Amino acid sequence: MQMGERVLEKLVCETTVEIRNADGLHMRPAMQFVDLAGRFASDITVSNDETHADAKSIMQMTMLAAGRGTRLRIRAEGSDAEEAINALRELVETHLFGEPPPAGKD
Amino acid sequence: MEIKKGIAVSPGVSIGKCLIVDSEDYRIPRREIDSSQRMAEIQRVRNGFRDAIEELTALERAQDEAGGGRIKDIFAVHLRFLRDRSLRRRITDLVHAESVTAEYAVSTVLREIASHFETGVKDAYMRERAADIYDIERRLLRRLLGTKREDILHLTEEVVVVARELSPTQTAGFNRDYVRGIASDAGGRTSHAAIVARSLGIPAVVALEDLTEVVRGGDTVVIDGNRGIAIVNPDDETVRQYEAYSREFVALEHKLDAIREKPGVTRDGVRIKLLGNIEFPDEAEAVLEKGGEGIGLYRTEFLYLNRPTEPVEQEQYEAYAETVRVFQDRRVVIRTFDLGADKYTQSRRAAAEPNPFLGLRSIRFCLQNLTMFKTQLRAILRASVLGQVKVMFPLITNIQELMQAKMILHDVMEDLDEEGIPYNRDIDVGIMIETPSAALTASTLARDADFFSIGTNDLTQYTLAVDRGNELVSTLYSAADPAVLRLMRTVIQDAYKAQIDVSVCGETASEPEYVMLLLGLGVRTLSLTPPMIPEIKQVIRSVTLEECNALARKVLAMNSERQISGYLRNAGRKVLPEAF
Repeated sequence: MQMGERVLEKLVCETTVEIRNADGLHMRPAMQFVDLAGRFASDITVSNDETHADAKSIMQMTMLAAGRGTRLRIRAEGSDAEEAINALRELVETHLFGEPPPAGKD
Repeated sequence: MEIKKGIAVSPGVSIGKCLIVDSEDYRIPRREIDSSQRMAEIQRVRNGFRDAIEELTALERAQDEAGGGRIKDIFAVHLRFLRDRSLRRRITDLVHAESVTAEYAVSTVLREIASHFETGVKDAYMRERAADIYDIERRLLRRLLGTKREDILHLTEEVVVVARELSPTQTAGFNRDYVRGIASDAGGRTSHAAIVARSLGIPAVVALEDLTEVVRGGDTVVIDGNRGIAIVNPDDETVRQYEAYSREFVALEHKLDAIREKPGVTRDGVRIKLLGNIEFPDEAEAVLEKGGEGIGLYRTEFLYLNRPTEPVEQEQYEAYAETVRVFQDRRVVIRTFDLGADKYTQSRRAAAEPNPFLGLRSIRFCLQNLTMFKTQLRAILRASVLGQVKVMFPLITNIQELMQAKMILHDVMEDLDEEGIPYNRDIDVGIMIETPSAALTASTLARDADFFSIGTNDLTQYTLAVDRGNELVSTLYSAADPAVLRLMRTVIQDAYKAQIDVSVCGETASEPEYVMLLLGLGVRTLSLTPPMIPEIKQVIRSVTLEECNALARKVLAMNSERQISGYLRNAGRKVLPEAF
């Protein structure tokens, strides 16, 4: 099957991240996420338990309405899948979208 | 004159002619087109997006030059939406599939998305993002319908803006030199009107419910962003008071910045603790900024209001934990749900009572809805290990209610013990004194309470049997009435005898003219609306306790409200003229 072969040639990479910044994936973080995803050639999808979203679409990403504590699965498919996954995970979990972490110590 | 109560979201006071901003709520009728027209219609959609992107790019650039960080972010997000191919495709697909006009497709798709935010999303902050989507819809429709944008860009005189709800575009278009304040029917602390007003430093009050229905364009409106009220067509006396207040507010605030770090202490060295009253977790920072030493009243009803479903334990815990962490070892007094009367839960919204303020409200409501009450107590107890949390029951009217509430608290503690969940076993349990019955039996209640907090608003209403929202009798409403003051004295004395803490968290604590009296009556802890903390601290630092005691003695011997309030104002004017 042609589709299958194409998939085999491509690199598929997946990870699960947790939204940790105080206000969750609201507009500004969603914008950063979409901008970063847009820099990669791979197809990237993000899903919670119910919905899948195209990581390059701000409409779909904000409609996930992922609040703090939400776990999201990110799946990238393409030549730069691994870089894409690493960069996105770092944005979400390490940089917390450049927002201050929730006050106090956890 | 009509006084409307809302939520203060941006401090300051302004008074001016009002400009009612149209909600621009275009309703687009469904119009079908000939299927041969579909490609042309799809091209119209694309052109609409292109023009809107152009317009927004220019606006973004203008904000860049003006240094409007927050507003620029909003526009940047809107631009991403307009450039989102999957959004455009959803619209063009609809034109194609149903042969409808570009306007109708744009409006339908964007309203679907907005309603997803409004009804399908639990998080209040996210839910309010529906306003962004409506704003994008309006921008596209303006291009498609060829309506010229006028709104608030062409002002030539100072106004206060009144609206049902304001979109980011409307607020960003404000000319700061002319727009002196904002009041809206809808909205919360995280609505755009609130965010933008704070960033522009103009006063704003939201959640005024039906303000736009009682006001007409050109009416004089006072917006008091410190107390959360809007006054339509104020009488001369009120105008005069507010004009003076508003002129001095800015200067005073500047001056008060300097005392933020200084302690609240009278000239003769008596330490007065100043705490903040808050309604939402994100106000905690404001309390710190204003020099507050903790939270004396954390209202928790916000968890229930403006949302489709009831809040679960974890959500509540997070809301409490967020605030407690901000204050670490300083006190945070969490008041259990004060629902009923004018604030309802999801399941009981429709149950009307003939006399709600004498009905099933507050602690009575909790004691009849034990699952809800226990869920809240669990969340509070879990948060109690994170800092200095105290729990406070509202509207206690007799000792049985207090015992019952405490018993339920102990039940919840036992549950937590069994589950091995940590909490502070020695958590202080206090009550609000806001009914004459509680005040008169304070000596009994004091044996089973760790602290009292006097809620002067309800205490005044219940003592004088006056609804202050009712214009016909509102002039009778005054905390300076001798009956109210005598009850307060009783409560404070009984608290002293029982050696428990007593504070005042009603609005009188935020009013400069009452501060000396409260100190003279023996109050050493005040909890007030955050913007007023510096001003009240300034009053405290300008007086001696000896003066306050003398004033209280004098006032308690007076027999009329008019005499007392006049006396208090005069005394206040002497210590801090600019605050009055």
